[in-house]
Amino acid sequence: MTKQIRQLERVVIRFAGDSGDGMQLTGDRFTSETAQLGNDISTLPNFPAEIRAPAGTLPGVSSFQVHFADYDILTPGDAPNVLVAMNPAALKANLADLPRGADIIVNTDEFTRRNLAKVGYASSPLDDDTLDGYAVHPVALTSMTIGALAEQDVSKKDAERAKNMFALGLLSWMYSRPYSSTLRFLERKFAKRPELVAANIAAFKAGWNFGETTEDFAVRYEVKPAKMPAGTYRNITGNAALSLGIVAAGVRSGLPVFLGAYPITPASDILHELSKHKRFGVTTMQAEDEIAAIGAALGASYGGALGVTTTSGPGVALKGETISLAVALELPLLVVDVQRAGPSTGLPTKTEQADLNMALFGRHGEAPVAVIAPKSPSDCFHAALEAARIALTYRTPVILLSDNYVANGSEPWLLPEVESLPDLRVEFATAPNGEDGTTFLPYLRDPETLARPWAVPGTPGLEHRIGGLEKADKTGDISYDPANHDFMVRTRAARIETIPVPDVEVEDPDGEARVLVLGWGSTYGPIGAACRALRQRGLSIAQAHLRHLSPMPANLGAVLRSYDRVVIPEMNLGQLAHVIRARYLVDAIGYNQVRGLPFTAAELETTLEEVLKNV
Amino acid sequence: MSEPVALKLTMKDFKSDQEVRWCPGCGDYAILAAVQQFMPELNIPRENIVFVSGIGCSSRFPYYMNTYGMHSIHGRAPAIATGLSVSRPDLSVWVVTGDGDALSIGGNHLIHALRRNVNLKILLFNNRIYGLTKGQYSPTSEVGKITKSTPVGSADAPFNPLSLALGAEATFVGRTIDSDRKHLQSVLRAAAEHEGSAFVEIYQNCNIFNDGAFEQLKEPGIRDDHLIRLEHGQPITFGSDGQFCVVHPPGGFGLEVRETASTPAEEIVVHDATVTDPAYAFALSRLPGFDLRNTPIGVFRSVRRPSYDSVVQAQLAEAKATVTETPEQQLAGLLGNGDTWTIVG
Repeated sequence: MTKQIRQLERVVIRFAGDSGDGMQLTGDRFTSETAQLGNDISTLPNFPAEIRAPAGTLPGVSSFQVHFADYDILTPGDAPNVLVAMNPAALKANLADLPRGADIIVNTDEFTRRNLAKVGYASSPLDDDTLDGYAVHPVALTSMTIGALAEQDVSKKDAERAKNMFALGLLSWMYSRPYSSTLRFLERKFAKRPELVAANIAAFKAGWNFGETTEDFAVRYEVKPAKMPAGTYRNITGNAALSLGIVAAGVRSGLPVFLGAYPITPASDILHELSKHKRFGVTTMQAEDEIAAIGAALGASYGGALGVTTTSGPGVALKGETISLAVALELPLLVVDVQRAGPSTGLPTKTEQADLNMALFGRHGEAPVAVIAPKSPSDCFHAALEAARIALTYRTPVILLSDNYVANGSEPWLLPEVESLPDLRVEFATAPNGEDGTTFLPYLRDPETLARPWAVPGTPGLEHRIGGLEKADKTGDISYDPANHDFMVRTRAARIETIPVPDVEVEDPDGEARVLVLGWGSTYGPIGAACRALRQRGLSIAQAHLRHLSPMPANLGAVLRSYDRVVIPEMNLGQLAHVIRARYLVDAIGYNQVRGLPFTAAELETTLEEVLKNV
Repeated sequence: MSEPVALKLTMKDFKSDQEVRWCPGCGDYAILAAVQQFMPELNIPRENIVFVSGIGCSSRFPYYMNTYGMHSIHGRAPAIATGLSVSRPDLSVWVVTGDGDALSIGGNHLIHALRRNVNLKILLFNNRIYGLTKGQYSPTSEVGKITKSTPVGSADAPFNPLSLALGAEATFVGRTIDSDRKHLQSVLRAAAEHEGSAFVEIYQNCNIFNDGAFEQLKEPGIRDDHLIRLEHGQPITFGSDGQFCVVHPPGGFGLEVRETASTPAEEIVVHDATVTDPAYAFALSRLPGFDLRNTPIGVFRSVRRPSYDSVVQAQLAEAKATVTETPEQQLAGLLGNGDTWTIVG
């Protein structure tokens, strides 16, 4: 039968199922197919902290949302147009996010009395009025998959497990996705079990053919490629981009990279990724605890490596004392904090931006460090390079504040030319620097950067001792002199405060805005989408986004003072707003949500519109 | 390979220009002098030697050595030294720590450095007291110890540092005494020759807060009846006239002290530090009670196991062996790895 083909500008699909249903993989594959087609993409996985919560229950629901469009998009989308619900729990957990009229594809095989009861459905929502107003597509996904694989040499269990590929085939048909990359992926993934390659490909094709033949799906959709700058792209998550940025920092500095890490959600993927890149001279050590992880990284930095430690908020809290030691030792150190919702264990798989205060201030003594935050998944690559540049040039710890939203979200990344990446080469001290020509002064500073020489063990003639005790200026000898301590504290502060960072850029297209929205980190996408929506409605609003949180850009004060109103949306209770108010005496107002979820563009649009009305 | 060149270093070369600031009479002076005198023997250029310490009296040690050195934070020296040693296998890395630093706040790092067998020489100065914080009991103080923080006596039982190290899979475990320079240096020599972690407990007198803690091991005329000087390949006998010996009674788990005169020679244990089963060295570590009767000193255990450093370096070397591209070419390949697509302008 001939199907009608309808053109769409953008679509948001959410795949939802039990944590064992393979929804993350299904979403990943759909995303990859979509990337191949040239749409712009943004994705958001959402999974429980439990590895396998009891099957069929609400806590066990795992989902993956993908937003794709024929224009450049900034977020994974506020609300899905399509929900794929593999069981009643997945339907119940996600229904509230769906606007009326959305398509819901349900796996009817899982809507048994027992599964319905597990999530508190008294009657099947497929039979009552729960889903009135939605376009429901009941599909017997499990039984059709098993039926399609009847001739295959696989167990019933393996056949049943292939149902996610049936769903992927159906959705790939619905949205006219090219699927050759998925077939190649399955061949790679199950290379050691050819029968599973055949079964999963058969399931995928059965789903595709089902779409083509069934009358329930009368329409097929197309989303044309987006106009994007020329070049080669790949889809990348924030954690993967951050890992590659660290590898690139090693290559561009010519230094070995040493990562000390202790597993913690959502940062562990960086450890996993970097452990694969030994051929670049990257050493990874899974330490006994967070403190050892940063200690080993600092020890490696002392020896002339680029020392890196990766963690999340609870880990940074444990690392605080060692960060202060690194401040005193004035050695390069990269500390990556992939923020999650706290305090304590909090919501380990949900996002938040509430570690800003800790990054800026969370140490004993006057212990300033540089702080940088990436604004999107692909930006994690460049932010990691920038953090390494500052750490190496200014011999300081740098905290890189990622978060769960950018870490696990993905977007297309225009691959940079390696030659265009910053040159991070450093010079180690090789000779005495004292006036007498024989003395080495480990705390004699470069007058421009205020950095002290990096004299690594193994360098003859520069033997010296450093430590946590206050050091005399220049000589580095232990000093209890009051004036020296005052001088050293101020010098360490000035060393960070005078790091040159790029000016903050303001996006104010018509130049008539009276309200500035200031953000930092992962809120860039939703803020940008909200501003864009307001401008499309003829309203004027300016957007500025901070990458450098310490030191702050030199022009920031002037920018803030040139608007009548400054709004700071944050996924915390106003940590940046607090700093801005204290530092610039600007009466900034906050918009704050801590629900473990990224802002939606719609809520920001509504909020900002209110502000615009009241200026 | 060319013959190593004799560096002709002397003790003086290892003295830094810093004024030593331990209390007069502290056992640390004797250890410092013994180490400085021993160092030239290594024939390692000073610049390739690093001393890393934590916090405590003993941890001031690096300031006084004219090598590279880091006085770090409380308990973390083994972790910091691990990162340094693993990434710089060309260096000789020494950790100086104390009973509070290594066994209390830094216990976790100590046991994990030992289990990994990181190529560190760990010198634990055990004075059974907190000195720098002015006299609180330590994790090696005896039960009932009366100190500023335990006016009616401490309630917790102490660690036996060697038993702990052995339980943590240490490949080299030794013990020596601050005042016996010759013996101290013999244990340092064996530790330096060992590939992997070498754990050396040094009984050290704190003459301010715990004076005389090891007196019976030092006092001429008394010490020989307490000290068991372990020598590889030799029957374990001790006492001023060799009147005591160590045996392994049948049916028991441990070792016991007997009178030599009434013990058949074949029943006397012959010391073998290379025994694979740590139970033997553990039994040795349990011989003395807290009163220091029957205290073995020397090398308890010295067995071969690849160091963490060597395994990590081998993995790196293997990964790099097949690389033919420049790092930049490799990086370009890595960035463009996986499913990519090209948009033509």
